[in-house]
Amino acid sequence: MLLNQFLILAAVLFCIGVYGVVARRNGVLVLMSIELILNSVNINLVAFSAMTGQVSGQVFALFLIAVAAAEVGVGLAIVLAIFRTHKTVDLEQADLMKG
Amino acid sequence: MIAPVLASLTEQNADAPVYVAQNVAFGIIAALMVFSAIKVVTAKNVVHAASFLVMVLAGAAAQFILLGAEFVAVTQVMVYIGAIVVLFLFGIMLTKAPMKGEERVRRDKWLAGLGTSVVLLGVLVYALIDGFGRSKLPADLQPTDTGVVSDSIYGSYLLAFEAISLLLLAAAVGAIVVSKRD
Repeated sequence: MLLNQFLILAAVLFCIGVYGVVARRNGVLVLMSIELILNSVNINLVAFSAMTGQVSGQVFALFLIAVAAAEVGVGLAIVLAIFRTHKTVDLEQADLMKG
Repeated sequence: MIAPVLASLTEQNADAPVYVAQNVAFGIIAALMVFSAIKVVTAKNVVHAASFLVMVLAGAAAQFILLGAEFVAVTQVMVYIGAIVVLFLFGIMLTKAPMKGEERVRRDKWLAGLGTSVVLLGVLVYALIDGFGRSKLPADLQPTDTGVVSDSIYGSYLLAFEAISLLLLAAAVGAIVVSKRD
């Protein structure tokens, strides 16, 4: 197996995730797209770990899974808070700070 | 752009053993993952998107097994599919509100997203082929011993491990505080 087939798969998933983050307006869907991005990074880490024979890549993949879990917890809490105040999860209407 | 990708993916040395089974498995799982990922970001129904997200994550776990990272694959199934997707479903249920105009993605945002991701994909694929075009994975890919992984976590990466635990604690407390009803 070539290393590149895993790396290119991860790149494709990454770009699909970027499309979801940029184009969708539903807060929960944007969080799912961020999960796609983090997951593609995981594939990269494990592929490099398999190629070099070192275990560090897998350790970092495990750390990344933990970080992703924390991110989803906080992100969904924020989406819930937006839903309470705006009665919608449309991120375009979450503009209290006029950014 | 497609031709060099295919050439680099199908190229095999004559003397190297060809791992047909692994490559076929990789192809099937990868196609399934890409299809499901596209369905995730284009689905009208958020619950359907969550279901397709399960397929992407399970496919990633299968790729980890192909790469010999069994412990990461099991963790992926337990944490991502077992916990994160359930959390997503709870989030969808708690925010079940009609979104005005969610039916159609706005055209300018759609174009911006597509342009960004296609350009990014082109750059990434070019860089990967330029950098790792001939790199092969070791032919005798053995499953990694979980003991080695744990030795590494609790040895070289002990400080990072403790930081991750603190981060998880802070995130859990923060999530409770942010989503708590006053």
